[in-house]
Amino acid sequence: MTDWIDIGTLADIPQRGARTVQITGEKEIAVFRTSDDKVFALVNECPHKKGPLSQGIVHGHSVACPLHNWNIALKTGEAQGNDEGCTPTIAVKEEGGRILIARPTALKAAA
Amino acid sequence: MDFQNNAGPETANEEDIFVPSDDVREHLVVVGNGMAGCRAIEELLARDAGRYRVTIFGAEPYVNYNRIMLSPVLAGEKSFDDIIINSREWYDDNQIELIAGDPVTGIDRTAKTVTSQSGRTVGYDKLLIATGSDPFIIPVPGKDLPGVISFRDMKDVDTMLEAAGKGGNAVVIGGGLLGLEAAHGLTLRGMKVTVIHLMDTLMERQLDEAAGWLLKTALEGRGQTILTGANTESIYGDGKVEGVRLKDGTEIPASLVVMAVGIRPSTALAREAGLDVNRGIKVDDHMVTSDPDVLAVGECVEHDGNVYGLVAPLWDMCRSLADGLTDQHTGYKGPVTSTKLKVAGLDVFSAGDFSGGEGCEDIVLRDASRGVYKRVVVKDDKVIGAVLYGDTADGGWYFDLLKREEDVGKIRDLLIFGQAFASGGGALDPKAAVAALSDDAEICGCNGVSKGQVVGCIEMGACSLDAVRATCKASASCGSCTGLVENLLAVVLGDDVQSGPKTMCKCTSFGHDDVRREIVAQNMRSIPEVMQKLHWSTPDGCSSCRPALNYYLLCALPGEYVDDQQSRFVNERMHANIQKDGTYSVVPRMWGGLTNPRELRAIADVVEKYDAPMVKVTGGQRLDIFGIKKEDLPAVWADLNAAGMVSGHAYGKSLRTVKTCVGSEWCRFGTQDSTGLGVKTERMTWGSWMPHKFKIAVSGCPRNCAEATIKDFGVVCVDSGYELHVGGNGGIHVRATDLLCKVSTEQEALDYCAAFTQLYREEARYLERTAPWIERVGVDYVKQRIVEDDAGREALRARFLYSQSFSQEDPWAQRAAGAESELHQHLEPIAIAAE
Ligand code: SRM
Ligand SMILES: Cc1cc2nc3c(=O)[nH]c(=O)nc-3n(C[C@H](O)[C@H](O)[C@H](O)COP(=O)(O)OP(=O)(O)OC[C@H]3O[C@@H](n4cnc5c(N)ncnc54)[C@H](O)[C@@H]3O)c2cc1C
Ligand code: SF4
Ligand code: FES
Repeated sequence: MTDWIDIGTLADIPQRGARTVQITGEKEIAVFRTSDDKVFALVNECPHKKGPLSQGIVHGHSVACPLHNWNIALKTGEAQGNDEGCTPTIAVKEEGGRILIARPTALKAAA
Repeated sequence: MDFQNNAGPETANEEDIFVPSDDVREHLVVVGNGMAGCRAIEELLARDAGRYRVTIFGAEPYVNYNRIMLSPVLAGEKSFDDIIINSREWYDDNQIELIAGDPVTGIDRTAKTVTSQSGRTVGYDKLLIATGSDPFIIPVPGKDLPGVISFRDMKDVDTMLEAAGKGGNAVVIGGGLLGLEAAHGLTLRGMKVTVIHLMDTLMERQLDEAAGWLLKTALEGRGQTILTGANTESIYGDGKVEGVRLKDGTEIPASLVVMAVGIRPSTALAREAGLDVNRGIKVDDHMVTSDPDVLAVGECVEHDGNVYGLVAPLWDMCRSLADGLTDQHTGYKGPVTSTKLKVAGLDVFSAGDFSGGEGCEDIVLRDASRGVYKRVVVKDDKVIGAVLYGDTADGGWYFDLLKREEDVGKIRDLLIFGQAFASGGGALDPKAAVAALSDDAEICGCNGVSKGQVVGCIEMGACSLDAVRATCKASASCGSCTGLVENLLAVVLGDDVQSGPKTMCKCTSFGHDDVRREIVAQNMRSIPEVMQKLHWSTPDGCSSCRPALNYYLLCALPGEYVDDQQSRFVNERMHANIQKDGTYSVVPRMWGGLTNPRELRAIADVVEKYDAPMVKVTGGQRLDIFGIKKEDLPAVWADLNAAGMVSGHAYGKSLRTVKTCVGSEWCRFGTQDSTGLGVKTERMTWGSWMPHKFKIAVSGCPRNCAEATIKDFGVVCVDSGYELHVGGNGGIHVRATDLLCKVSTEQEALDYCAAFTQLYREEARYLERTAPWIERVGVDYVKQRIVEDDAGREALRARFLYSQSFSQEDPWAQRAAGAESELHQHLEPIAIAAE
């Protein structure tokens, strides 16, 4: 069973941007909001050289890594195009205007 | 025509004639001797010939014939014998009892029997309903008059042939496939035909507007009258049809009216038998209805919410049905449909979704002289639809790409030329494809420019895409033919082609220059507006075009445009340089490379307070503090601001540094106050956003210690004044500057600097530094704008200073005061003991 953590509201995340969530003892999580207001959560590390994905340019349902411009699909965490690699994703849901992400046990399983 | 001999109507009292009484096999009874019913039996025989005893009822008094071929029969190209699929022998050889000309009128599912019109009752183990469709008759007055028919079976064709024998006028209601086939046949048989179509485009479900228009023109050329957007009010006549009246009052006399407005699944029998029926008889993936012993196949069924009106999907249904009946459950998956048709001898093809929409990209080719129109709709590098008119040879290939969802990114430029070019022969050569087009092939649909005209203007001296756009307008509007024009340039000029501007990115067919021109010309004010008006093919651009558009708008609308932070590369969004470990480096401005104890103290304090692992003198004559976390940046900036320091923009496509040497104030060779001029220059130019980074240096004498001749703008002081240099670069490709001119006063040096900077800001492409920009436009052009045109220079300078009046606010101070704090802070930290 998944436990869910309340991380705030949609308005807390800039559109076409991201915020980061720190959970003690866990890898930092980037929570993205796309132009069509979908929310995705990924470990804040690029599969290439661990660039902080939260700082990239969000376009469509992808983010361009700020370090070497790899494009990462927000839904799957997978690198696009010719690049190969995958960032773990974290389940997200919206409930009563709050955004919830799956808690670290689930995250560990994903990683 | 002697088809009656092939299968005369059977009589009820001959009931048991074909049924061996000792046949103990399961009895499969088929209702409907049409295309799907018989194909299903063929599939079944191919799998297990002896398994079932088969009886087929057919309402029509014939053996199984190819309904599709009724059009050629009407047109006189084929006889009925030619279109028979299964002759009498086939039924006999396979011990199939055919009861033709005797429709089934009832099904008793409890007794498991069917009863026919002639009163025959036959028991079944499995029943297959394949009753096809009924033509839809529009409920207008006069619809039942003699002479009003549909176009569905051989009887209708006989009626049409009889009417045509007397000549006169015919009206066909419905400009879809069937209607146009009927109109074509009747025209060939000598009738004067008018087609009435409710919609504005013929065959609107298969064709887009352009192809529909071509079709209409071709049919009119053959003497038919085509009325689109025409609504039938009534059919009039006394005892027999005499004409059709439209809603607008027009009356069209006719002795024959063919209604071909659509079909409805023939479901009456199934409905009365209590089977689940929606639009069609509902079946599962194995063509089984709500009764496990009753199956249905063909146009009468509804699978997964869909009903069909073409044979291809029916064949798939027949396969899964036969698999199911022989215990191999493959199951039918709803198909993507394609239509390849010869309408009245004209080739037409369509497949998939060509309605367009978000993220769809159209690739269009028009060849007016051959009467060819091709349109392929691509989404996410996949073909999702195609419409072909006049040349349908590649229809199957496009359909295949569509079904297999093949990635066509690599062959995109060749896609429209067809398989031979895009995947044939190994060598991908779009040029050969363009070369093969005829001279009057239309290249640019928007501006109606033919291949001949484009070639003509290239031969007259237009050596680049821009030049072609400027002279004959090809590719200047929607840009979808840009690839064709580029290939024509290559074909005509070979190596002499001036590599024109590439498109900005794959989101658009426009190059940087076009986008900038249109932003100004159409007074566009936001990124979404640009994307909308210039047909961006992605919903919100990509990491290449967004920062460029943001800059272009910022430059075009100083003081008005609201910067889009999310379209900024991380360094510009964070006003610091991201490092490989995700921390940031902070470089405060040191005007002209000068500093003082207060600044040095503040920097020293920051290094200690935030535990910065390194502090370093940069190549740009200032100090760089490394290893600052994003959440500490506002506090660091606040401390530096307190000592009077502002952002050094070491991260920006912006003015970076102004390097100076000590100059006349101290140096024994110094001719002017290079340090002072450097500081003044930096005070004037700092904070300005640029197409790329921009560096300035001022050296006090030609020994050039500040390396002014490898800067974007460099000043070398001499006894008589100031040499102004432009377009230098000390980076990847070292380029020494070009001498712009010499001026005699400091103020002139500053004015020219401002004017040059603004020219670069307004005309260079995003991410193009001054060195490649000047190589592209030529230093003479720059001289003409800055040196020779006094009024122009003054205007440029004024525009720069106006723009600067908005941009010289320290971004660090704003952030330190709390602006955009969400960019720096994490969401609430969450403490959970890791399990
Ligand atoms: C810090 C510094 C090196 C140093 O420790 O001295 C530096 C550091 C970087 N340079 Fe530089 N350059 C620095 C002076 C230079 C110079 C020397 C100068 O300005 O006189 C040059 C050659 C002169 C020139 O630009 O023409 C220089 C040519 C480049 C280039 C090549 C540019 C080109 O047009 O070919 C790049 C790559 C780029 O911009 O795409 C680059 C890119 C970079 C980046 C931004 C790489 C990056 O994208 O992350 C480095 C950022 C490090 C950081 O996080 O701070 N840096 N870089 C210098 C900062 C100057 C300043 O105070 O702002
Ligand atoms: C003029 C014309 C041109 C066409 N051109 C094309 C084309 O180019 N491409 C294409 O893909 N498709 C074309 N079609 C459509 C194609 O013919 C149909 O999709 C196909 O025939 C449907 O097969 P079916 O077995 O479901 O129905 P049908 O072929 O109509 O067979 C149903 C049969 O069941 C009989 N029946 C109905 N009720 C009973 C009953 N109660 N008892 C006994 N028998 C009954 C009917 O009389 C009929 O013979 C064309 C159709 C027409 C009319
Ligand atoms: S020279 Fe290369 S490694 Fe050194 S700072 Fe510049 S970009 Fe980085
Ligand atoms: S670390 Fe993300 S692209 Fe290199």
